[in-house]
Amino acid sequence: MLTVAVVLTYAALGTAIALNIWRLVRGPDATDRILALDTLTINVIGVVMLLGIAVGTKVYFEAALILAMMGFVGTVALSKYLLGGDIIE
Amino acid sequence: MSLWVEILVSLLLLVGGFFALVGSIGLARLPDSFTRMHAPTKATTLGVGSVVVALLVHGSATAGRPQLGELAISLFLFITAPVVAHVLSKAAFRALRTGSAAAPGDVGLADGKEPPPGAAVGAAEAATRAAGSTRP
Repeated sequence: MLTVAVVLTYAALGTAIALNIWRLVRGPDATDRILALDTLTINVIGVVMLLGIAVGTKVYFEAALILAMMGFVGTVALSKYLLGGDIIE
Repeated sequence: MSLWVEILVSLLLLVGGFFALVGSIGLARLPDSFTRMHAPTKATTLGVGSVVVALLVHGSATAGRPQLGELAISLFLFITAPVVAHVLSKAAFRALRTGSAAAPGDVGLADGKEPPPGAAVGAAEAATRAAGSTRP
């Protein structure tokens, strides 16, 4: 049962990542692209956690934590660049 | 691992996958920048948070003692999602005011017809120039 759930969640997250990439390529404004990148990072965190469940190790926990932090910092830096051209005021 | 733990982990995983998919469908389908910002910052955060809780339950059941390290990721995502939404909507609002983005509900961009960049700014400059030329 857990195997079926893991496969279904892989499929859902994979579809979500495909939709994010579609918005990243298509998105009319820069803010849409930044938002698509941020959502892509969050979905990839989900995939990494799911890989941790499927393989049964704790190794992927640190990778997910680092992805979360880098995604947040990158999104805020890109948005600040759009806001004023300066990242650190 | 007992049957009930397996049922709980499977349920959390399915809920997480569903909400992540809903958030990304909203990101792809909603009409303008501000509504698009609404879907991923809530639904996707809840979905991936649910996957993280599933991993927490699974890891605790496997190790035989509670392991709360995964809560750090979940907490971090929940704290940073509103910050990201706020900063991004500030950037989108500024782009809207300076005329370098499509107005909400403007479907002109959907079929590839982009307005000329800076059209509103150009019109404002032309108006200012016309007003200035009448001055002696």
